[in-house]
Amino acid sequence: MAIITSDPKVYTIRDYKSPVHNTWCAGCGDFGILNAIQLGLAELQLPPHQVAVFSGIGCSGKAPHYINAFGIHTLHGRVLPTATGGKLANPEMTVIAVGGDGDGYGIGAGYFVNAGRRNVDLTYLVFDNEVYGLTKGQAAPTMQKGLRAKGMPEPAIQDSINPLALAIASGYTFVARGYALQPKGLATLIAEAVSHRGTAFIDILQTCPYYNDLHTKEWYSEVFDHEPRLYQLDDTDYDGVVRDPTNLDEIVAKKVQAMTKSYEWGERIPLGVLYKVDMATYEDQLATGRPTTNGATGEPNLWNRDLSSLLNALR
Amino acid sequence: MDYNSDLTWMVGGPQGSGGVNTAAEAFAKALSRAGYRLHMNIEYHSNIEGEHSYYTVRISNQDKRNLSEKIHVLVALDEETILGNTHNEWPSHHGHLAQMAPGGVVIYDGALKLDQSGLRQDIRYIPVPWDRLLREMLAEMGRSSDFNTLKPMTNTIAGGASAAALGMDLRLYQEGLRSVFTGRRAQLAEPNVRAADVGYRFMQEALGDHQIFRLIPVEPPAVAPMLLRGIHAAALAKLRAGLAFQTYYPISPATDENVYLETYARAQGLVVVQVEDEISAINMAVGAAHTGARSSTSTSGPGFSLMIEGIGFAAITEAPGPVVFIWQRGGPSTGLPTRSEQADLNIALHPGHGEFPHIVVAPGDIHEIAEDSFESFNWADRYQLPVVVLVDKKIGSGYVTVDDLGLDKLPPVDRGARYKPDGDYLRYRFTDSGISPRSVPGQEGAIFWTTTDEHDERGHITESTANRIRMMEKRMGKLSLAAREIPSSRKIALYGPADADITVVGWGSTKGPILDALEVLAAEDGVRANFLQVRLLRPFPIEEVSRILGRASRTLLVEENYSGQLGDLIREQTGIEVNQRLVKFDGRSFSEEELVDALRTALREGQPRVAVTHLLP
Repeated sequence: MAIITSDPKVYTIRDYKSPVHNTWCAGCGDFGILNAIQLGLAELQLPPHQVAVFSGIGCSGKAPHYINAFGIHTLHGRVLPTATGGKLANPEMTVIAVGGDGDGYGIGAGYFVNAGRRNVDLTYLVFDNEVYGLTKGQAAPTMQKGLRAKGMPEPAIQDSINPLALAIASGYTFVARGYALQPKGLATLIAEAVSHRGTAFIDILQTCPYYNDLHTKEWYSEVFDHEPRLYQLDDTDYDGVVRDPTNLDEIVAKKVQAMTKSYEWGERIPLGVLYKVDMATYEDQLATGRPTTNGATGEPNLWNRDLSSLLNALR
Repeated sequence: MDYNSDLTWMVGGPQGSGGVNTAAEAFAKALSRAGYRLHMNIEYHSNIEGEHSYYTVRISNQDKRNLSEKIHVLVALDEETILGNTHNEWPSHHGHLAQMAPGGVVIYDGALKLDQSGLRQDIRYIPVPWDRLLREMLAEMGRSSDFNTLKPMTNTIAGGASAAALGMDLRLYQEGLRSVFTGRRAQLAEPNVRAADVGYRFMQEALGDHQIFRLIPVEPPAVAPMLLRGIHAAALAKLRAGLAFQTYYPISPATDENVYLETYARAQGLVVVQVEDEISAINMAVGAAHTGARSSTSTSGPGFSLMIEGIGFAAITEAPGPVVFIWQRGGPSTGLPTRSEQADLNIALHPGHGEFPHIVVAPGDIHEIAEDSFESFNWADRYQLPVVVLVDKKIGSGYVTVDDLGLDKLPPVDRGARYKPDGDYLRYRFTDSGISPRSVPGQEGAIFWTTTDEHDERGHITESTANRIRMMEKRMGKLSLAAREIPSSRKIALYGPADADITVVGWGSTKGPILDALEVLAAEDGVRANFLQVRLLRPFPIEEVSRILGRASRTLLVEENYSGQLGDLIREQTGIEVNQRLVKFDGRSFSEEELVDALRTALREGQPRVAVTHLLP
């Protein structure tokens, strides 16, 4: 992460807020995530003009408009390819991609899987509320089979996917779960994800007070045998970090452990980092060939190429 | 005996064996370096190994703009090349025998047992045992054990035999070979020169006094010309334009451009990303354009079908690009994946829902590919919109001899209106021109928002009616601005006498074939006609096309698709109905003979629609 601190300014959460009128419903879990992103950026002291937030379509897609940073609100399901292009073309930027569960795991599932293969240095935050809110509550790919939320005419007969397990299988190098209504803890998790070199993914459990009447704030807050449903992996002896990235056995063992952990759902739901490994990024592997950019304009300096060897090869 | 200034050589065989491509490209390169001007094309099946493929090489002392159906010398690596696969219910070819010019020579593998009885008697069939000849040659050189390594030299033996059949000077071919085998491959030069001699002498002996052809001698040029394809011209011009970012999903025939760029990516500071599908390809390219890079993606019809929502994305967010290349092939759906067609004009003009501005340009030859590929990036930056470059497989995949691609004569790079510090920055500021100066992520004081929703000057979502009207007018107005600023010379070209009664109109790769055919018709039939090439398809050059077509008393449309898509566009944009439509949709581009016949028939009989085919292989 290139943090250029030419000015001694200290950034606070206010520096990452934009004055745009917010159209989310009262009590929406998205507010917690927005807050956490802004807190996380302040924690990292990133100048707003060096941050670009890309989003998909849906309620979550509006998030960039509420953040004072470059904001690129793309198409439904296509946020990862667009953010990838943005990052590779302008590698000095800190890139965050956000989107909903339908956006990322339904219409964008192919991009979710393939982004894992690349390990471009960006952060992907999925607002996971199990429903398509903006189209009035249809089941999203994380809605469990047999459940029926308020907007659904019938219980789901398609099974849900496990986004954390899918991310691990796809090659993501940082896989975590967060909770929208604990913005402070989520902010720290987001800061950790942004600082991670490589593609960091957080599935953020989010309440939809309008359409998800099953997994509500109250449901997530339930306590069983004096233990809260949501608990932090950090408070346990779970360790998802690969110590030796050259050790394939360790990688496989940590992945299997994380996958197993990702299926823990019910009275106990873990939050935090399930899996983390430091691997070469896509940019690292391009290093000798990537466009040389000028930090001030982000413009590749490619205007006077010598093409004589290419032309001669065709003679 | 007179010299022949225009002969056609062909090699055909099962694809994937390396034989056809290697033999053709090695022979052609040697001829090109010797000073001949070539026009060549490959036809192949959607198959990795085994199906029939063939290379046609038209050899002349001057530039040719199309291929002829007539073959003078045919090298057949298998029997199917000669006789076709007519035992199939729908033969994909009928054998190249029917195309042989009287007196022509069929050179075939001596290992084949070809029954010549019942075949045309006005041509010669000469078996050349190239494996045996190579073994004998290597034995003389004391290198028998190298046979497997040097097996590709059987191509040079076939080349030598071809040179003899074409009646060309062996030394010219040998000089060409010497200039091909240089550097790391220099030790192969003399063995190849010798193999050429072996093949040449064998053929001379076999032909005896049947030496019909005598290829006109040429002077080897001081600087070897290039033998290149449209995909090379596009890639080189894109690199010259400062291309920083290219995405692709493998698809024929666009893959050739992408892999060519990928080969040089590291050396040229270019990022090429092979992605999971064309939707990813277009969106990644849009993301790169928004963050400051000149970006592009190259595909074919099926891939473009997937990309269309991304075109709308780039357009409504006024991204400076990307430049999208469609290397056309036969559709619809998977269609004819390796064959030629011009049926993607409609989708190029109308990608996606809603209304938005974009530019569509269709170059007509390899030089125009270079010019348009370069200029498209200037248009993308200047007008902040996506640009589609629509190119036919014929000029994309075919090779031609070129001395200078003109890369040093291209106009300057123009990145359009850029942000300058001026207080409150509005990415979509309403301006007189409709162009809002753009910033690039990373620029302090110039943070922008953008969205695929309708948005205000700051880039935030709004459903306001007044804003909607102004934003639509701003965006669509850029199309009128482009129409005013792009010079006529880039929009259309008129060839031939301006006051001719007959005007032929077309677009893309039919340019060369039409010009060649009109020359033949002028010389043989005294037809006085001109040719209107429409190069810029959107914004459509309404004034120029109306004026030229309005002046003609008779208009003929030539297109390689079923319906005559340009004809429909002309009617839509100008109200002019072209009198006669000559269409071809068999997946093969017009040969010179096909087009001459079709134009001649159409001029004589005046039917409103002529579907053209010579049922070529």
